[in-house]
Amino acid sequence: MTATATVGLSDLRAFLHGLPGVDKVGVEGRAAALGTRSVKTGSKAKAIDLAIRMVDLTTLEGADTPGKVRALCAKGRRPDPADPGCPPVAAICVYPAMVPVAAAALAGSGVHLASVATAFPSGQAPLEVKLADTRAAVAAGADEVDMVISRGAFLAGDYTRVFDEIVAVREACGSAHLKVILETGELGTYDNVRRASWLAMLAGADFIKTSTGKVAVNATLPITLVMLEAVRDFRARHGRQVGVKPAGGIKTTKDAIKYLVLINETVGDDWLSPDWFRFGASSLLNDLLMQRTKLTTGHYSGPDYFTLD
Amino acid sequence: MFEYAPAPESRSVVDIADSYGLFIDGEFRAPADGDAFKTINPASEEVLAEVATAGPEDVDRAVAAARRAFPAWSALPGAERSKYLFRIARIIQERSRELAVLESLDNGKPIKETRDVDLPLVAAHFFYYAGWADKLAYAGFGPDPRPIGVAGQVIPWNFPLLMLAWKVAPALATGNTVVLKPAETTPLSALFFADVCRQAELPPGVVNIVTGAGDTGAYLVAHPDVDKVAFTGSTEVGREIARTVAGTGKRLTLELGGKAANIVFDDAPIDQAVEGIVDGIFFNQGHVCCAGSRLLVQESVADHLMDSLKRRMATLRVGDPLDKNTDVGAINSAAQLARIRELSEIGAQEGAERWSPPCELPERGFWFAPTVFTGVTQAHRIAREEIFGPVLSVLTFRTPAEAIEKANNTPYGLSAGVWTEKGSRILAVADKLRAGVIWANTFNKFDPASPFGGYKESGYGREGGRHGLEAYLA
Repeated sequence: MTATATVGLSDLRAFLHGLPGVDKVGVEGRAAALGTRSVKTGSKAKAIDLAIRMVDLTTLEGADTPGKVRALCAKGRRPDPADPGCPPVAAICVYPAMVPVAAAALAGSGVHLASVATAFPSGQAPLEVKLADTRAAVAAGADEVDMVISRGAFLAGDYTRVFDEIVAVREACGSAHLKVILETGELGTYDNVRRASWLAMLAGADFIKTSTGKVAVNATLPITLVMLEAVRDFRARHGRQVGVKPAGGIKTTKDAIKYLVLINETVGDDWLSPDWFRFGASSLLNDLLMQRTKLTTGHYSGPDYFTLD
Repeated sequence: MFEYAPAPESRSVVDIADSYGLFIDGEFRAPADGDAFKTINPASEEVLAEVATAGPEDVDRAVAAARRAFPAWSALPGAERSKYLFRIARIIQERSRELAVLESLDNGKPIKETRDVDLPLVAAHFFYYAGWADKLAYAGFGPDPRPIGVAGQVIPWNFPLLMLAWKVAPALATGNTVVLKPAETTPLSALFFADVCRQAELPPGVVNIVTGAGDTGAYLVAHPDVDKVAFTGSTEVGREIARTVAGTGKRLTLELGGKAANIVFDDAPIDQAVEGIVDGIFFNQGHVCCAGSRLLVQESVADHLMDSLKRRMATLRVGDPLDKNTDVGAINSAAQLARIRELSEIGAQEGAERWSPPCELPERGFWFAPTVFTGVTQAHRIAREEIFGPVLSVLTFRTPAEAIEKANNTPYGLSAGVWTEKGSRILAVADKLRAGVIWANTFNKFDPASPFGGYKESGYGREGGRHGLEAYLA
């Protein structure tokens, strides 16, 4: 923080606008090309287990109840009751009001508890409200906080405001990990995705995350590729590693494996771990379990063999 | 490390005969003097098939067959010819898996490339020219353009089936008949194409395929009853052909070598530029006449760019062409490998710094690790001569004017690339580059609607697009 706290508006703008541009055709072509990798047999089995360990199993509905959240936590701890060898997910992700319930349900499991905060998903609330939201979530037991940036301020060019907000939320998090949601579907260009990634990292994000899952365009391969390039370059420059979390719209094992290939061939081994890469997802987990069972038994089981939570 | 398990495409999807004759007048027939040569898989040196060598007598027969077929074929309404071409295009799509495997086996290029680049472009080329066949009067070559007659076509080994498509599709669309000679090291996809012609019920003699080495090609281009010669290959052979054809009244188009400059300015989208550099020189093992073999990078970003490029090169997967995850396959022949090695040795001797990522090469077959030379100057042979392999020469420049000067300072002029986020610079630089194709913020992208061809010693005439019709119309 020492170097970044002194960054003023003009410096920050000059820096963000001085980052190399992203060519849309090129980045989409590269992501599509990596999407054709063929991952089979043993490497597929490893990829599936890794992907399960990377899932932030999420429920963010107005209709969430303690019962629903407890069920989800049970699923996260033991995704496949029929197979004790199946690893748990990385974290359970809920609204702040549900954090106490989830904290009790996850106690002692090693599964992290993430809470969205800062007036998720729009971020359109006064800073004091956002900070109170964050503190409450952490006080109730969340060890990871998923905040949203003020896209309005970012698009208006008010980078300092976005920066200061992240710094303040970072402070409110205490020891909890901070994931900064850029809501890339609202940023419009890959250039903006790269700028927002750097802005969040400079302000102290532990993770940068694509989306809330609440807008039309959520995680995509090319957007995640741009963010992976950003964390790679940020570490090379500042010596600090930042994680990446695509969220929303990743539903199948095939999709998840494409993301793992992307990590493997862009930033490499160092990010192939739940400490540095997460999938924000809900329905993905059951497809991973179904494919996992298929690899072990050689045939597909019907969807009723996997729990719906 | 996330290792990908082997993901081999099945080679049993395609049948390869033990031996092949010459495809003349709609039939496969034995050569007059019974000569044959072997074609091998460059990734394993295993013999794939024995293929007939066409001598003068055979070439004579093939040209005669094409001549006999010409009146009826050229008299067909364009719409009828286009039906045959559409049919060929569809059969190629239907049989593209067979063709992709066959091409990878005979050429050494990765299955990913034959499947995703070569075969889709081949089909697209036939579809494209099928569409022109009944619209020739509106192509801008007069109200009633006529075909020339018999075309003698000689193609290279780097894109065997694609180069066949580039030659055969416009020739047939315009009403010419052809005798085509595929390269000695890669005859199999052309012979497969002969079968496609039969399946499409193309009239006998419209397409004839004669296999053999340089002598067969020489007989063909020198044959007195050939009206039009089209050649893609080395500048050296192109010169020889130009001498042979000079004064005969034959029409000639040549698509020859290149030493393309890929220019990266300091305001380029660096990550995508790195991809473009990799595509530019390592696509198809660098066996690409328009390869971006000279990287001109602005000095102020050179170190950063080279770090990124080397990191990216370390992820290239070199090996079994039939593995779906292979990025770089085998060098096409022992002779080509020797040439690449020789020029690379010279590069090191001349003082350029050589670098390759750690990569394990298979023991059998012809392999060359992706290689980059830094500290190259215009005076180095590796900056001037076409290596035709996965070898990149990196030079630096300070200003746009210097970049343009260096880019144009070559006897070739086939292609070039410009990388900058500044649109006005793309236009200004492209305007001054003397090359037939200029890619902006991309490289090695092809489309049947886009004409392709060179300046200077890269040849003359254009293939593809409306322009590509001209070479086959009188």
